[in-house]
Amino acid sequence: MTTRQTTGNEASPEDRAQAQRREFRSYVIGGVLALILTLIPFALVAFTHLPAIATWIVIGECAIIQVVVHFRFFLHITLARNTREDLQLILFTFLILLIMVGGTLWILFNLYYRMMPDMVP
Amino acid sequence: MTRQTAASDIRHPGLNLGEPHKEAHTANEELAFGFWVFMMSDLIVFGLLFATYATMLGGTAGGPGPSDVLELKGPFIETMLLLASSFTFGMASLALKYEQGKLRLIGWLLITLLLGLGFIAHELMDFQSMFSKGGVPSRSGFLSAFFSLVPLHGLHVTAACLWMLAILGQMAVYGVDTSVKTGLMRLAILWHFLDIVWIGIFSVVYLGGLSG
Repeated sequence: MTTRQTTGNEASPEDRAQAQRREFRSYVIGGVLALILTLIPFALVAFTHLPAIATWIVIGECAIIQVVVHFRFFLHITLARNTREDLQLILFTFLILLIMVGGTLWILFNLYYRMMPDMVP
Repeated sequence: MTRQTAASDIRHPGLNLGEPHKEAHTANEELAFGFWVFMMSDLIVFGLLFATYATMLGGTAGGPGPSDVLELKGPFIETMLLLASSFTFGMASLALKYEQGKLRLIGWLLITLLLGLGFIAHELMDFQSMFSKGGVPSRSGFLSAFFSLVPLHGLHVTAACLWMLAILGQMAVYGVDTSVKTGLMRLAILWHFLDIVWIGIFSVVYLGGLSG
């Protein structure tokens, strides 16, 4: 087991200092990217008057990219092999969400369209 | 297993404490995974409240709609506070992992806590301003859905702040021991996760509602 196998194999202080710099940089990159991806949609809504659909598409894209940025740089979820199981947990949750949220929206908006047109915003 | 360096010794999702924190690092394997399972179940709760909100957008019952009660400035400040707090919590995690000293760890945690409390205060002011415009939860389906979704996130942030206070107290009494370390690692997951849920809230509820 990996738990008992570490004696004598500790990383050297230089390795650790390097890892520290790398991880600090990762948080800074994540913070800057998240900031940019927040400012774009806010600026768009506050200062421009694009058609609603175009604005929504940009807001949606920025949000999806920012979620990925947060997962990657703040929560350290990557495609590396040793975190694959946890990535599967997250991806399975997104599948469940897709089915339940997508299903809810599909069914209810179909119902509104057929029976209660006033409820379609 | 031939060679096991700190870099490849990854036991659980997220930031791993690594070899110098042997006991906490080992204990965290199960704790962090279990906490991720809880976090993902929480994500489904939020996801479905988002779906409920979307289906209720048209249900204003003649009352105020999104553009009547929502404002952009408050949520923008809240977004910046929460994003900054996510970054400062990252700095606290690094201070813990690389043993940069207790003072530095506590300093980053206190900054994070203040940013979290600032977020809650601004959100409460937002709700207050909504109430004054007639945007109360019982007014319409839309407002009920809004007040199911957004304050639930606020309650999560409040709980995270209380948890942070508890860990700071624990730290004052017992020092930075294994249970403090594993507690902080899990609180970090919750904190970053709440920031991700907030991305959904400011995008769908505030930006989506105000650009229509």
